[in-house]
Parts: sequence; structure tokens; C-alpha cells
Amino acid sequence: MALSYTVESPSPGFNFENSTRNVVFEALLNEGKSKAPSPLKTGTTIAGVVCKDGVVLGADTRATSSEVVADKMCAKIHHIAPNIYCCGAGTAADTKQMTDLLASNLSIFTMNSGRNPRVVMAMQILQDMLFRYRGQIGANLILGGVDCTGNHLYTVGPYGDMDKVQYLAMGSGDLAAMGILEDGFKPSMELESAKKLVRDAIHSGIMSDLGSGNNIDICVITRQGVDYIRPYEESAYKDK
Amino acid sequence: MERHTTDSRVKGVSTGTTILAVKFRGGVLIGSDSRASIGGSYVASRVINKLIQVHDRIFCCIAGSLADAQAVTRAAKFQLSFHSVQMDSPPLVKAAASVLRELCYSNKEELQAGFITAGWDKKKGPQVYTVSLGGMLLSLPFTIGGSGSTYIYGYVDAKYKADMSREECLQFATNALALAMGRDNVSGGIIHLVVITEEGAEHIVIPGDKLPKFHDQ
Repeated sequence: MALSYTVESPSPGFNFENSTRNVVFEALLNEGKSKAPSPLKTGTTIAGVVCKDGVVLGADTRATSSEVVADKMCAKIHHIAPNIYCCGAGTAADTKQMTDLLASNLSIFTMNSGRNPRVVMAMQILQDMLFRYRGQIGANLILGGVDCTGNHLYTVGPYGDMDKVQYLAMGSGDLAAMGILEDGFKPSMELESAKKLVRDAIHSGIMSDLGSGNNIDICVITRQGVDYIRPYEESAYKDK
Repeated sequence: MERHTTDSRVKGVSTGTTILAVKFRGGVLIGSDSRASIGGSYVASRVINKLIQVHDRIFCCIAGSLADAQAVTRAAKFQLSFHSVQMDSPPLVKAAASVLRELCYSNKEELQAGFITAGWDKKKGPQVYTVSLGGMLLSLPFTIGGSGSTYIYGYVDAKYKADMSREECLQFATNALALAMGRDNVSGGIIHLVVITEEGAEHIVIPGDKLPKFHDQ
């Protein structure tokens, strides 16, 4: 490729090497009668809304390890580029690694090309990476940002499917949050209404889903810059 | 024509769908519903566009696993763009269908996606091709696909006429899609249609409340 944005350039076409490797691993584990360690899941509610002036992303801050809350102030909104942030639901390690890899790739790209990355590019890199691993990477991502072409919100699933949306919620609390978003969303909302809508959506996820809880983080991305408010709202049940 | 009964085994988001493409006088019409589902019971998106433009006058519609279909069409788009730069002319619709077929056949163990390719080129005019799950390529005057297509085989076989006008064809496709969406639970939402002629491609959207009704009280 003329402009390599990554340290390792994947060869063209599809590469299913990791599929066969995973099958071998699974077989080995079962033979040895041992169980693979269960991954830390973020049992989450994340949401994103496109508004008139930018994009608002929101997330709860609970990370669970089975029934125990492993992290009460987990950061689920990851920095990708100065104008692009990504919320991650699913396996905590997978979302962190994916977003870190993406952020590094994009900063190399920025240095090489002299241009700011576009949200669609970030989405395509993620889609590429996740498709290559055939769903073995448990990352459900909501990617949002503002670039020269406008305000964009994308979702990328663990199998590598993507959708361009105006509003979306993901994670175990997504059904509750989607209800709030479907009811309250209007195209071209004002920034303050969008922040309130996202906060309400996350709050509904926290109330209705056991895997989501604690505080609410909000990240507001506009042409002027980013306002990452952590926490936007503290839990009413915090120890005093 | 094959039946898509594997949608329930698709992991992740499935486009469990109804898609079709029909040749008419002077052009070709390609259409789909707009529902993407997970596990047959949750609608992941009710407004997804399954008509993907792979070149100026070539579109394809996708059925099966959304991730696989998107990856294949992205690879196909790149290959066609490169091919047209090398040849210094737009690719033939057959070339687009062949690219998809090659990807589906070589990776048939791993992929679960089927396509209908339709478009217009200078050599043969309007054409419709179908690429099935395993990589079979067929050229047909009209074709239907996806899980909802099973409910409309009778309708399309009875109602299709060769050399229809653009309006007749639009009505035929809209009726067929509406009937399939009415019976198949994993097809629904709105109707996306693209009319491709020598002049270019025109995207028509028919919202849910404007769908034709058939004895629906």
C-alpha cells in the first residue's frame, strides 16, 4: 500500500489462519479437561447520538467478573483520535486492545499523511480487524466522531458487521436504553437535549440491567473540540 | 435457484431477507427489504440498506451473514475499481458477478453470504446475475433470494413478463417484496429499490406506510 497506516500490512484477500488455530486450541483445552479462564466482561450500557453540532457518546462505568463488580469506575469510552472516540461493550480486554490498536494505527497514519483521520476510516480498520478474527474477539463498538465530512456514528459488531446510524445503544443494557432513544430521538437535536437523552438512556440501562451500574460517563465531540465528562453523573448509591 | 434456509444458523447479525432483481426494457431494477436480525428474534436494524453499489452502474444486494456480505462486497468494490483503472473502462456486470463468485467459492467453508448482482454495461446492456452461498453463478432475466423469497416464487413466476416497462417493473417488484415481507418474520421495514439504466442509477425508497396492502385489515 502506498500509505501504510499500520506497522504490519495485511496481505490482500482473506486470511482465516486464526480460525484453524482457535479450533485446535479449543480441542486441546477439552482434551486436557481444563476450562479456559472466563473473560472479564463489561456487562454494559453504551449509547451514542448524532446531534446538530456533533456526536454525544455515553457509557456506564461498571465492569463485572461474573457476579462481582470488578471495577466501579471503568472507562468505556476510549480515545481513538482527537476527533474520534469509541465506546466498547463485550469482553473488556478485547475492546481495550482493539481501540488501542486502532488509535496507534491512526496516529501513524496522521504522521505519514499529514491529514486528520476520518471516522469512516477508523470504522473500516475496525471492521477489517474484527472480520479477520471471525467473531473470536468479543467487541461490540460504537464509534463516533466529527470530521471534515460531518458528524458520524457507526456501530461495529464482533463478526465485523457495521451499520451507520443516527442513534444506537449496545451492551447488556441496550434494550432498555434503546427504548429511551427510540422515544426521545429527533434529527438535528440541540447539544444539551442530546446530552440529556444519552444520560437518560444510560440511566435506564443502569436501572434495568444488573450488569450495568455505578456512574455515567458522557463524551461530547464537536468541531470545536471534545468534552469528556467523567463522571457526568455519580451514582445515587455511592458510599458517602 | 437455491433456497436460503441457513439464515437461522448465521452467527451474529443476519440479513434474513428478501431481495430481488428484474430486467426490464432498457434497464434493470434491484430491490430489497430493510431488516437485519440477530437470532431470529431481535431486529438489530430496521432501516439497513442491503443494496450496495460496487461500481457506477453495478449494484449488488446481500443475503446471509451481514459481516461476511459486507467484507466480500468491500473486497469486490476494491477489485472492480482496480480492474476498471487497468482496463480504462467501466467493468462489465459479468465481471462484478465473477469477482463475487470467486470470493464466495474460494472461501465457501468460512463464508455465509449470497448475492444478487445487477447492472448495466455497454456490451450487453441490463443484466441480472445470482451468486449463491457455495459460489454458483447464474445469469437470469429475474431472480429472487433470501429467506423471504420462498413465499413469493409462485407470485413472481406467474406475474413476470419479459420486456416490461419501468413502471410495470416497479409495481411488480414492490408487490413481490411487500408480499414476502408480509409473510416472512425476518424480512420487513421499508423497501429499497434502485433502477439502473444507461443514464445512471436512481435510488427509490418506499416507506412502510406506503407499501401496497393485500387483504390486510
